[in-house]
Amino acid sequence: MSKEIKFSDETLEVVAKIILRYPEGRQKSALLPVLHIAQAEFDGWLSSEVMDYVASILNIKPIEVYEVASFYSMYNLKPVGKCLLEVCRTGPCMLNGAEDLVAHFENKLNIKDGETTADGMFTLKTVECLGSCGTAPMLQCGADYYENLDNQKADALLDKLRDENQRSRYC
Amino acid sequence: MARKILLEHLNVPGIETLEVFRKMGGYQAVEKVLKTMSPDDVTEEVKKSGLRGRGGAGFPAGMKWSFIDKKSEKPRYLVCNADESEPGTFKDRYLMEKIPHSLIEGMIVSSYALGAKTSYIYIRGEYFYVLRILEKAIAEAYEAGFLGKNILGTDYSLDLHVQIGAGAYICGEETALLESLEGKRGNPRMKPPFPAISGLYASPTVVNNVETIAAVPHIVNMTGDEYAKIGVGRSTGTKLISASGHINKPGVYEIEMGLPVEEFIYSDEYCGGIKNGKRLKALIAGGSSVPILPEHLITKTANGDARLMTYESLSDGGFVSGTMLGSGGFIVMDETTCIVRNTWTLARFYHHESCGQCSPCREGTGWMEKVLHRIENGHGKMSDVDLLVDIAKKIEGNTICPLGDAAAWPIASAIRHFREEFEYHVKYPEKVKDPKHFFYAPFVSEKMNASIA
Ligand SMILES: Cc1cc2nc3c(=O)[nH]c(=O)nc-3n(C[C@H](O)[C@H](O)[C@H](O)COP(=O)(O)O)c2cc1C
Ligand code: SF4
Ligand code: FES
Repeated sequence: MSKEIKFSDETLEVVAKIILRYPEGRQKSALLPVLHIAQAEFDGWLSSEVMDYVASILNIKPIEVYEVASFYSMYNLKPVGKCLLEVCRTGPCMLNGAEDLVAHFENKLNIKDGETTADGMFTLKTVECLGSCGTAPMLQCGADYYENLDNQKADALLDKLRDENQRSRYC
Repeated sequence: MARKILLEHLNVPGIETLEVFRKMGGYQAVEKVLKTMSPDDVTEEVKKSGLRGRGGAGFPAGMKWSFIDKKSEKPRYLVCNADESEPGTFKDRYLMEKIPHSLIEGMIVSSYALGAKTSYIYIRGEYFYVLRILEKAIAEAYEAGFLGKNILGTDYSLDLHVQIGAGAYICGEETALLESLEGKRGNPRMKPPFPAISGLYASPTVVNNVETIAAVPHIVNMTGDEYAKIGVGRSTGTKLISASGHINKPGVYEIEMGLPVEEFIYSDEYCGGIKNGKRLKALIAGGSSVPILPEHLITKTANGDARLMTYESLSDGGFVSGTMLGSGGFIVMDETTCIVRNTWTLARFYHHESCGQCSPCREGTGWMEKVLHRIENGHGKMSDVDLLVDIAKKIEGNTICPLGDAAAWPIASAIRHFREEFEYHVKYPEKVKDPKHFFYAPFVSEKMNASIA
């Protein structure tokens, strides 16, 4: 890996502020928010080097980071495309066309659920209920929700994201 | 029946700002409790109001508060459960997004009642943009002196923080949530001890849902006795219902408890009836974990009484012919729905979300998902239907946390009410090959066929 694994000074300040939210000696509580920040800073996924770095910042053991990172579905332990399309597939969304939407993406992007396009632009992932069942079918990309989707809107979204050519972020 | 409390000012422009929120009467409850009430007075009002937890279990909020260990030397904590991941539920997100200060005001008043000096809102990781809305509102509240040291010049001080999750339904279970807030995997704890004795950082802690906490300032303002007059019997107040599925107007509605289910589904004020003029087939009334109801038990109970939107009426008939109000995730299914397919997606959900600590839940959810998958795809055996009932029974009551039950109930109830449909999948595999098998030709039970003939 070429990039040095180190947060910028500004990010370190943000992390220091987060740690202040908890009582003294409970800095481990900052682990979930800090992992989100790390993922956003280091290409959208958590390599073991990044996790070790987070452990050193919070003064906890690397295993404490690994076991958390592997538990929560929003942490990516493998590289992902610039835009992670997380399509909800649970009951209420399924009732309103989530399966067709997933099939449309698979065709259009020529990948299967869980795969990344050859150009590294998109990763398609099916996920469980995102709390947006009244606007189904829907997907999340970074912090943004895209709701009441149909094939046309899905295509327009792909074009927009491709034009922007940005890595989507949650934070 | 159209009484609005939580969403009364929903359409006031700028209601997400502190300024407009205050103009509409916001933060009056903070002033009232800090200057004229003792913490125990506040708890007493909440008890009188009959407010029950809005997160799913419906436990009386005032009673829960009174369990907090006051003898402990340790700091006390209030933690708001904004994990909202129960399929069909999106009411907390709506409230936090539209009127963020209603939750913050509720956190201040409730923290005061509990004697908490630091409180947390734990929000699911996917709601990052809602986190930003809350953080902005909290900054405004600090600025205006409603948070921080010596609030409104009194000797009460409070810090409020929002903690972000990272994608795990199980973190909605209160002890898993506390583990997660401590920076660990979301593994539920054994109870007892209950959080009121040993919760966050082994200190006395109360965990309440967003909607529960947001109701508290209103109770303080109008008094508990007045709040208790709204609704029916032990179902007091209003409830946010998030409606989805095959209806004309999906969305979040505030209803007064006691509204007939029929009116909720068909009135233009609420769901606006079934989409495309189709026929109603089934209902999941309170989030994916509650038993599913077939058409004939939705608007009427087994005794023929009108079914109402209350804790009691929805559970009338127990698990034989009733369901639960749960989280208020109201999922409506029309005649084109395949109950087996729907049940399978829910089983997959619970399998995905099981934390893996208990064998019955970890293994049972995966097993049920597999069996449902093969039935749905026409590879099932007739004995599979009873096998599912058997697995569900063996999970129920045998696990550390209620996720096991939550996974078992939807499956057991689907088979109880729609057994014929499961058997149809086994008998006619070629007819269920197309994943949309009931989309063009809705399932007609043999009983129904016979009655038509
Ligand atoms: C698997 C599981 C998931 C849960 N998810 C939530 C949730 O997302 N939000 C919530 O408020 N309560 C949830 N609960 C209920 C909480 O454990 C707890 O009862 C609730 O937060 C208490 O608040 P209340 O009394 O105000 O409802 C869940 C429970 C279980 C077993
Ligand atoms: S019932 Fe399931 S989710 Fe709950 S503790 Fe056991 S394994 Fe974990
Ligand atoms: S089921 Fe898709 S957002 Fe809830």
